[in-house]
Amino acid sequence: MFKLLLRRILLGGLTVAIVSLIIFGAVEMLPGDACTALLRQDAQGDTLRVCREELGLNKPATARYLDWMVGAVKGDFGLTAHRNKKVSELMGDRLKNSLLLGLCALAVGVPSAFALGIAAALKRDRWLDLTVSSMAIAAMTIPEFVSATLLILVFSGWLGWLPGIVTASANAPISAFFPEIILPVVVLSMVMTAHILRTVRSSMLEVLDSDYVRMATLKGVHYRRMILRHVLPNALLPAINVVALTVAWLLGGVVVIETVFNYPGLGRLMVSAISDRDLGLVQAIALIVSTVYVLVNLSADVLSLLANPRLRTSLTRSR
Amino acid sequence: MRALFQILKEVAARPSGAVGLGLVLLHILIALSSPWVVPYDFKAISAMDILTPPDAKHWFGTDQMGRDVLTRTLLGGREALLVTAIATPLAVFWGGLLGIYLGLVGGRRDDIIMRIVDAFLSLPWILKMLLLIVTFGNGIHVLIPTLAFFYGIPVIRIARAAAHTVVARDYVLAARARGEKRITIIRRELLPNVLDALMVEGAMRWSWMLLAFSSLSFLGFGVSPPTPDWGLMVADSRTFLPLAPWAGLFPIVFLSSLIIGINMLADALAKTLGVDRAQKAPI
Amino acid sequence: MTQVAMIDIRDLSVGFSGSDGRARAVLRNIDLQIQAGQSVGLVGESGSGKSTLALAAMGYLKTGLHVFGGSAHFCGADMFNLARPELQALRGGKIALIPQNSGQSLTPTMRIGAQMTEALALHSTLPPAAHRQRSLELLKRVRLPDPQSILTRYPHELSGGQQQRVAIAMALAGEPAALLLDEPTTGLDVTTQAHILELLREINAQTGTAMVYVSHDLGAIARVCDRIVVLYAGEVVADGGVRSVLRAPAHPYAHGLLASITRLSDARMPAALDGRPPAPGDAGPACAFAPRCALAQERCRTERPPLRSLASGEQVRCHFAEQTPTIARAQSRPARTAQQSEVQALNLEQLGVSYARPNWWEQLLGRAPSASLTVQDVNLQLGPGETLALVGESGSGKSTILKALAGLLAPAQGRIAFSNEAPLGAEVEQRSPSQLRKIQLIFQNPDDSLNPRHTVAQILAQPLELYFKLGRHEIVQRSIALLERVRLGAHYMDRLPSQMSGGEKQRVAIARAFAAEPDVVLCDEVTSALDVSVQAAVLDLLDELRAQRGTAYLFVSHDLAVVRALAHRVAVLYQGRLCEVGPAASVYAQPLHPYTRVLLGAVLEPDPDHTPQLLADDVLESAPPAQGCPFQRRCPVHQGARCDGETPPWQDAGQGQQVRCHIPLVQLSQAIALATEARHVG
Repeated sequence: MFKLLLRRILLGGLTVAIVSLIIFGAVEMLPGDACTALLRQDAQGDTLRVCREELGLNKPATARYLDWMVGAVKGDFGLTAHRNKKVSELMGDRLKNSLLLGLCALAVGVPSAFALGIAAALKRDRWLDLTVSSMAIAAMTIPEFVSATLLILVFSGWLGWLPGIVTASANAPISAFFPEIILPVVVLSMVMTAHILRTVRSSMLEVLDSDYVRMATLKGVHYRRMILRHVLPNALLPAINVVALTVAWLLGGVVVIETVFNYPGLGRLMVSAISDRDLGLVQAIALIVSTVYVLVNLSADVLSLLANPRLRTSLTRSR
Repeated sequence: MRALFQILKEVAARPSGAVGLGLVLLHILIALSSPWVVPYDFKAISAMDILTPPDAKHWFGTDQMGRDVLTRTLLGGREALLVTAIATPLAVFWGGLLGIYLGLVGGRRDDIIMRIVDAFLSLPWILKMLLLIVTFGNGIHVLIPTLAFFYGIPVIRIARAAAHTVVARDYVLAARARGEKRITIIRRELLPNVLDALMVEGAMRWSWMLLAFSSLSFLGFGVSPPTPDWGLMVADSRTFLPLAPWAGLFPIVFLSSLIIGINMLADALAKTLGVDRAQKAPI
Repeated sequence: MTQVAMIDIRDLSVGFSGSDGRARAVLRNIDLQIQAGQSVGLVGESGSGKSTLALAAMGYLKTGLHVFGGSAHFCGADMFNLARPELQALRGGKIALIPQNSGQSLTPTMRIGAQMTEALALHSTLPPAAHRQRSLELLKRVRLPDPQSILTRYPHELSGGQQQRVAIAMALAGEPAALLLDEPTTGLDVTTQAHILELLREINAQTGTAMVYVSHDLGAIARVCDRIVVLYAGEVVADGGVRSVLRAPAHPYAHGLLASITRLSDARMPAALDGRPPAPGDAGPACAFAPRCALAQERCRTERPPLRSLASGEQVRCHFAEQTPTIARAQSRPARTAQQSEVQALNLEQLGVSYARPNWWEQLLGRAPSASLTVQDVNLQLGPGETLALVGESGSGKSTILKALAGLLAPAQGRIAFSNEAPLGAEVEQRSPSQLRKIQLIFQNPDDSLNPRHTVAQILAQPLELYFKLGRHEIVQRSIALLERVRLGAHYMDRLPSQMSGGEKQRVAIARAFAAEPDVVLCDEVTSALDVSVQAAVLDLLDELRAQRGTAYLFVSHDLAVVRALAHRVAVLYQGRLCEVGPAASVYAQPLHPYTRVLLGAVLEPDPDHTPQLLADDVLESAPPAQGCPFQRRCPVHQGARCDGETPPWQDAGQGQQVRCHIPLVQLSQAIALATEARHVG
């Protein structure tokens, strides 16, 4: 079992390495570099050459890549394009804020998704199922900016119950974000819940139709016990992977939410970094985000491994 | 072609399919005919008529620059539909081919390419697209290949999984045992059986692409003003939304109805073809 | 007859609403009474409704099915109208089910111990503290070795036979008055099946539990049941004592069925029953068997026969049952001899195949993987026009040999060659077109071996295009000719696989193989997935085709009776190594190798007086031993260190029969006879 875990971790590390190569390579291939962004119209001739020497941009690509990776491991990503702030400091706050948003959404979304998905499957094709399923489809298909806009209109514009925009600054303490964070969390979790719910529901339905649940029924097992002991453990296994995938999606989807609500998170930082051609910042953000994604997937893999008796036992027991 | 028509007929026989197909066709019709039907010029600014509610002169009201919302809404889907209608088949084509090939060949090549695919998928979609757009501009000639490339990657996964189930079948073994060439096996044995899954996936991709497109426009990275686009219109309307909700609500209704229509169509297609639609997060 | 029946089903009709809204009955007017202690077999083919009937006795119907009329009572309780708590108390308790595929019917996330305790908690009166002890007792009762360890395992860690025994143990937990068994031994090895049937007989004898045994296998039913009910198209067509129904069947269907079954004792080709059973819900208002019946007259096509009693006590649903014995047994003939032809012989020399892949270290050093070869040391010759059967159970390597011959798996050792030719390339990619053409493969499952998107015309065109480069017109001509040879008409050209039955699809697969005009056809369990009454027709067809062209067959099967009818020579395999090779007549008449004896001893016949001999324990081996005789761990006449360490030599028994054993042939039969006695005493 440990061998498998180790293998997974190594594969994860490999993925991050490949990602870093992709990021670095992509940025390399784009026309322009930190100096052209910094100097803009002055970027030519001697000024450009001097700038490049100062920033070490005239070193060969492999050397620069290694410098960057070494710095990344240490947590040092250099300075922003405007040379006025350390990238790591800037990112630190934003990362904290985005994580706050994401974790709140998870805390709200995952339990409701499971509860609703299970309930919908158990009451298949009755009104509860139809309502929940339709709402899920609606939440999944409507773009986040649409649902965000609508919610702001209703809850902030017309009813005035909640603030429609986040005014706290990036380095504000966590408590400053409530209650402004409520609407963004709602929108985020809506989409998440919808995806997870659908998977949970279809997984439940599949298990409910299985031979072993039929056998349990014919053994005379009572309904509640059957759901708890025979159905749920088998149905929820595949859901672990979907939760991981949805978390991964969160990392991208959060950008739109942050823009709509003016939330000072990593997503908005990324957009402004790209607009500003602050490539160092972009690289750093991309690396962090994909590392988080790989970590999440790894945990999901490990959790699946532990939860699934088939995988667990074939590794530990010798026949 | 005959088979396609047959499938569409069966899809239309289902209630969700009929509604979905209807919505999609309606939107296509609007997109195609709107330039000749709209009452106003979409660029026409009028300082006097800003933010007027819907009335006889302006059925959908006007926005904060006095432009007629009905006109802009009817025209708003054109660019989105054009871009996505071209990019979707491209994405499914290249992702599908590569996925089928990997599913058949397996081995070292498969491992390496899937590692790279995983790495790509670990980057948030918006990052990837923004990088390219910001560098190369946001014209159609950038948007179409960008969307086609990035949205083709998840198709690789789906096609590969579908190919895996087919490759294990005895009829593929039989073809191999006969000595058929690999390309013949792909074309004759794999492709027809994988096509179902790809069709459903194609419909889903279209809907995700529209979502992405309108989100990009919303953020200001898609269509450039003053070209009308639903995402852009929603973004523009935000400031005054409580006062003049019509400026944002109509584009929202149009956009949502199209996306829901495509999803219902995809659902009905999946049920008709017997494909299990694994729910995956977009990109 | 005045005693209240334990299971009392009266006039039960069950069915579903078809897509056109019409009611389609899967069971029609079933009357069935089963007394306490009786052991009844429900026999039928696919679509007969036998499983539905067995489950209905528990008041259970698959989703989509409804009761159209009638009732099912168990110990006086109306199962379809019982309140949930009472139903739950009965199910798994006084009436218990042993399902078909236990592997799928045991919850994968619960350990065996937990599932047993659950059954006990629901249905036994023992206090919870005693449950574990009772579980162990039950597992011992079903002859599972090492019960403590089994309790801690998960279902997927057990073999098929072990899973089935666990299912039996769980069913016994509630001390049931009636057991329903839904094809409990389908899919299990021959020897495993024989052991489990013995166990069931014991249980029936010792505890007097009533048994309803659903199966299509008349041999199994003959062994376990004393009464047979034959179902056809959802109706009871025959109901009587096992001896009278099997020896002198009164219903034409039963008669035809028995005639079409291959038997160990009878080397003749069985007589096929024409046509096929109607799909569930499709039977018309008249006699459902009339289209296939030799006795059918006008009355049969208009009037549905009632179930009536004959003088012998048997109940039959037929207008003309008295005339059944007069049905001429269609001429079953001995396997045809091939005409002389220029087909070459195929030689396998020292063939060794392995599925193991070298791990990265071995790859680095360029070494072969170190695990034992799956198949080793196989030397066989396939003469022109002859049928050589490869028999063995799961793990015997017979399919592996076929794959190596077909070029789908590269052998680790040895060579395959046609006589007077260079050896064949290891894999398909390395073989010449003529080599590829000469060897063709037919698969087990016709649903899987035909591309669901291709019409029959397209399927047949593929080999014709590939090997002969014919024009479009020629291809169509040849395809039609092929279809006629396999007794399907030209009208099948435009059909898709989904529009054909299993037997028809298999014929198309056979036509496809013969389209290449091969010298050797590899048959991988080609009749195992077909209905019993259809198997005979396919076997006959195979034999005829072989005789016409002089093609040789390498016929893989686990069904020894089928092999008897078709094969000239037989090779017995155990764990990928040859045990015995020889002419079918000799090997069957006088099996010498201990494993051959075990295998043949375990075969069941549809004859209630036939007793299988169980010579070895039912143990599933996962890998062959590294050295010595492959059968060393289970052999009833094991000779100690010699068998464990040395590879047994080939001994010639005359007439082409060869045996691989350390014990000299003259002593072998006696040694086995002694071991058999010792087993029965012990």
